[in-house]
Amino acid sequence: MIAAIALGWPTVVAWADVLLLRDYNTRVVVLGATLLGMGAGVVGSFTLLRKRALIGDALSHATLPGIAAAFLIGSSLWGDGKSLPLLLAGGAISGVLGVGAILLIRRYTRLGEDAALGIVLSVFFGAGVALLGVTQQVGGNAAGLESFIYGKTASMLSSDAWLIAIASAACVAISLLLFKELALLCFDAGFATSRGYPVGWLDTVLMGMVVVITIVGLQAVGLILMIALLVIPPAAARFWTENLGDMTRIAALLGGCSAFVGAILSASYPKLPSGATIVLVASALFVLSALLGMKRGVVLRFMRRRSFLREIEMEHLLRSVFEVVENRENEAASVQRLMTLRSWSPAQLRSVIRRAQRAELVRPDSREAVRLTARGAVEAKRLTRQHRLWELYLITHAEVAPSKVDRGADAIEHVLDPETIHELELLLDESAAAAPPASPHVIGGPTP
Amino acid sequence: MNKDPTRSLTARADDPSVPLSIHDLTVAYHRKPVIWDVGFDATPGQLIGVIGPNGAGKSTLLKAILGLTPRASGRVRVFGKRYQENRGRVGYVPQRESVDWDFPIDALDVVTMGLYREIGWMKRPSAEHRRRAMSALERVGMADLASRQISQLSGGQQQRTFLARALVQDADLYFMDEPFAAVDASTEAAIVELLRDMRAQGKTALVVHHDLQTAAEYFDSVLLLNMRVVAYGPVAEVFTPANLQKTYGGRLTLLDEATEAMRRRERAL
Repeated sequence: MIAAIALGWPTVVAWADVLLLRDYNTRVVVLGATLLGMGAGVVGSFTLLRKRALIGDALSHATLPGIAAAFLIGSSLWGDGKSLPLLLAGGAISGVLGVGAILLIRRYTRLGEDAALGIVLSVFFGAGVALLGVTQQVGGNAAGLESFIYGKTASMLSSDAWLIAIASAACVAISLLLFKELALLCFDAGFATSRGYPVGWLDTVLMGMVVVITIVGLQAVGLILMIALLVIPPAAARFWTENLGDMTRIAALLGGCSAFVGAILSASYPKLPSGATIVLVASALFVLSALLGMKRGVVLRFMRRRSFLREIEMEHLLRSVFEVVENRENEAASVQRLMTLRSWSPAQLRSVIRRAQRAELVRPDSREAVRLTARGAVEAKRLTRQHRLWELYLITHAEVAPSKVDRGADAIEHVLDPETIHELELLLDESAAAAPPASPHVIGGPTP
Repeated sequence: MNKDPTRSLTARADDPSVPLSIHDLTVAYHRKPVIWDVGFDATPGQLIGVIGPNGAGKSTLLKAILGLTPRASGRVRVFGKRYQENRGRVGYVPQRESVDWDFPIDALDVVTMGLYREIGWMKRPSAEHRRRAMSALERVGMADLASRQISQLSGGQQQRTFLARALVQDADLYFMDEPFAAVDASTEAAIVELLRDMRAQGKTALVVHHDLQTAAEYFDSVLLLNMRVVAYGPVAEVFTPANLQKTYGGRLTLLDEATEAMRRRERAL
């Protein structure tokens, strides 16, 4: 409640105004921010893949001295320094100078890119903060300049929002037109050069779009957090797809959503910086994507891994049963005997037996023993053969000691593809129809 | 009549039937290996192995020819013209490690990149372009892996994808940077077969290679390189123990020492 008061809790009517986008100004500002998020998602996808994502951060921090200087110049020349085009032009100039400084440091010193980035980012930002202090001293109406640092959609005019909307749309259009060329640049710049593409120019176009997005985004997101819109949506999108086109579309969607929600929140709570709300929404989407992403999400990978491990367990069970009954027709394998063959816990063994029963690969024989079904026997025979072929290969061709060979074979045999098996057969002179060769080592622990 | 030795060289260089003519090529840049005064004329329709120890400048030579690395001096002619004027006849297969294979793209799209110049700026590949990319993948035995994301391919399959990207251009002169590095036996055999196919069609290939065991079997000519050209010519004449000793043996030759001194001096500045 206290926090709500501190933030200036909006009335129900105010809320409704914002949510229904009743107010023209709010409507345009939210639209502008949304387009900005989409544009940043698309452009950010390419910079992320070009491995230049952090340059955007240095760039946005380096705009501050330019903004403050432009304000000072404007104030002394015309008495009013708060003309947006002037401030943004100042920011753009010092931002580009910052990027230029990074390139110069990299070229003429033996410092790495990370050091160059750190130096430029902090020095320019420091200069900006100092200049901002000067603007407060000089007087003039410097209030509001700090909204460039943290972002404030609430203070944006509809004309500002139109600028954002047009600039973002232009960046998206350029990215679409040059999609193929930018993809080639990001994947293999060397090949692009050899084919005669002006790689330097393509890089300049890409950096130019980053500059434009960053500059027009300063008011809405703020220079400290601008990098988040360029990096988080593309990085989140990567969890959902293995296709560059889809990645840019999803990044645009996630960026647009983050900016939309963030801008609305900030428009309703004038004291809540929009940069922060946009980043928080974006990072929530990122966490969701990282967990649930359909291509590389953590949950998906966990499930895949678990199902792979279970498959291996099942194969171990079938082979163990096969090896127990191998030379003693019609005998079932007792659970007790199976326990000695591998290092599985009783619970693990029971669970894998249950799953094998459900898959109708084994059936219970007596109370404490299992027997292979017809289908299970075929599968077990195939697996055992595969395992022993690999063991024989390791012993005869890779000079692995017979006593060590079982564990080595275990690791690999589950991923052998039919081609490799065929090669093994040729190598070991085994015909494909043959029964498994005899095990090259003593099987399992002592027979109870 | 012709006393100026460079005139005859120029005549060879401008001959449009010579796939590649290099004269006096020097690349010098700090920290990385340099090549000095490299010159040779490639014989048309041959597989030429570029052989030398690590750091001999094999990749640098390729990159300098293709304009990926600035050259300090030297002249390169491709079928009698500057490389920039004859790009369409040249295919390039970079080292596999030169790109990030985690890129969100599938094998077919990588191969289609070989056609981007032909497709033109701002245009999308047509069905016909895709079909050609697909048949290039077929030629390297990867038709069934066309839609697989490239990080899911084995090293050998990635190398084949790169080869297909160069093949789809249907160039006359190919540069390949270590195509046999870390590939499985079946990929190596497939690449060799492909190279012989290309030779049968009259194409020329300059292939950086590191395996001395197979070099004589795979190539018609070899360029033995260790910062400068140790020897160049048909395998039977050039691939001799004495030349190999000169290429690989005695690591610290005067040239190495001078280069090392130069680098130390640069660092001290």
